Amino acid sequence: MEKPLTQHIVPGRAPLSLKEYEQVGGYQSVRKILKEMAPADVQDLVKASDLRGRGGAGFNTGLKWSFVPMGPEAAKPKYLVANADEMEPGTFKDRVLLEGNPHQLIEGMIVAAYAIDASISYIFLRWAYKVAAREIIKALDEAYEAGYLGENILGSGFSLDIYLHTGVGRYMCGEETALLNALEGKRANPRAKPPFPQVSGLFGKPTIVNNVETLCCLPHIINNGAEWFKGLSKTGDAGTKLYGISGRVKTPGCWELPMGTTIRELIEEHGGGMQDGYLFKGLLPGGASTDFLVEEHLDLPMDYTAIQAAGSRMGTGTMIILDDQTCPVGFVHNLQHFFAQESCGFCTPCREGLPWVEKILLAIDRGEGKPEHLLTLDFHTKYLGPGNTFCALAPGAMEPLQSALKYFREDFERHIHEHHCPWSKAKVWQPSI
Amino acid sequence: MLTTEEKHKIDHEISLVPSPKNACIEALKIVQQSHGWVSDESLKDVADYVGMSSAELDSVATFYNLIFRRPVGRHVILLCDSISCWVMGYEGIRDRLYEKLNIQYGQTTEDGRFTLLPNCCLGTCDRAPALMIDNDLYRDLTVEQLDEILEKYT
Repeated sequence: MEKPLTQHIVPGRAPLSLKEYEQVGGYQSVRKILKEMAPADVQDLVKASDLRGRGGAGFNTGLKWSFVPMGPEAAKPKYLVANADEMEPGTFKDRVLLEGNPHQLIEGMIVAAYAIDASISYIFLRWAYKVAAREIIKALDEAYEAGYLGENILGSGFSLDIYLHTGVGRYMCGEETALLNALEGKRANPRAKPPFPQVSGLFGKPTIVNNVETLCCLPHIINNGAEWFKGLSKTGDAGTKLYGISGRVKTPGCWELPMGTTIRELIEEHGGGMQDGYLFKGLLPGGASTDFLVEEHLDLPMDYTAIQAAGSRMGTGTMIILDDQTCPVGFVHNLQHFFAQESCGFCTPCREGLPWVEKILLAIDRGEGKPEHLLTLDFHTKYLGPGNTFCALAPGAMEPLQSALKYFREDFERHIHEHHCPWSKAKVWQPSI
Repeated sequence: MLTTEEKHKIDHEISLVPSPKNACIEALKIVQQSHGWVSDESLKDVADYVGMSSAELDSVATFYNLIFRRPVGRHVILLCDSISCWVMGYEGIRDRLYEKLNIQYGQTTEDGRFTLLPNCCLGTCDRAPALMIDNDLYRDLTVEQLDEILEKYT
């Protein structure tokens, strides 16, 4: 089984140096595009590969690039940003790529920057990834030294500078327009779209923001072609995917596997099955802002299409398991506490609605819930849904809530009727501060 | 007053962006690195230096979780309170820290050694529960390990 993105990553071992990386074929894609391909060729190839954004939205990467104005008339400088602000709760896949093989990311960034004719690039890294920061700085120095970055790369006439920017902590920074505001030294509020960042992004110039895993796919697509990339998958969605599992399984972790590996295989073969004494109750397939899936969904392939058809989203592909001994109300309350806290406060439904939801869930979890509370929660899942808020944060927050109300409604009702949490001995959530 | 070294570092950040204001977060990070936090006085110094009003800069400073507008201890403990750590029982770690340090979230020990703060997902969910002290990450935490971990920080 091919694992292009993680083939040179060995847990516990330092990432490959530039020399070692070159020895296993590193930076070949840069040599190839600079010598043989025009930016439009790179865009076409990536479009044909069906690579979809690995940050969660799943938009076709080549198509996203195609909205960037090209040619001598286009505004300059253009920017490419690597979104390494991995803050979706339950998500730890980009950390693996950043700490394990930073040269692969840099190589992918050169490919992407060349495809859109960008001359300045940022890696927006979350502050908590200290090891990644150290390794990226080392790798950037080596890449500059070898002439893969800077002026006139390998004598091609193409120039690119990459800067590492470490954030100061806020979930909103993962949203691409909010990320751009953070890079500009502003509050990370999202921006109105249009204009889209592809046309007017960082400092008002054309900008592409791509996820780390997405960028890491690019060298391999350039080297091996679109058909090869599609062939890596078990289903219609192309490539491999970094999947992860956290929660009460025997061997939680992160693995690169063919796109479309089933949920059951992920949990049972890679996660080692549930821990002894714990039963599976549900899961969030791709981070905190995705809808619950349950037993009936276990044989679904984990890809964009199948998970969406089941009413959820693959999101980041790192799943969080809910076991039978963990209270679903407490679980969802923890999520809503996070979202309420991380709301940027810019738009009213999100700023006011999420704390309301959080308080109701806390009341229910403490046994102080009333039957009408469930209707208020139902109301919020509609009015904080897509189209009613300025960005995707609140709609994302409603995904686990609406599906919990659907699949675990009896558990909510039991809290209300019995005036206490049936799991209370196992777990009582207390809010921070 | 900003020191010559701080000004030097801030000037470098300003040189990388179109307008000095765009470097304000970097400037706050630089000041926080030397003082541990950003006082009202430091905030005004930075605002003057990059050409913003103090109010505008404070709206940026207070937006971000890791810019401290109140003094912190010599070491900051950031305990992950997000979903995977909750499932794996981080509250036991929290309660033990409360008890051991005799502080709650947002507080600093009397000797100025530790500040304890809750933190969003640290991105190491397969090895929950997790916390960070300064730049160091600790995972697969158990209550029993806490004494040994805390001892490393004086």
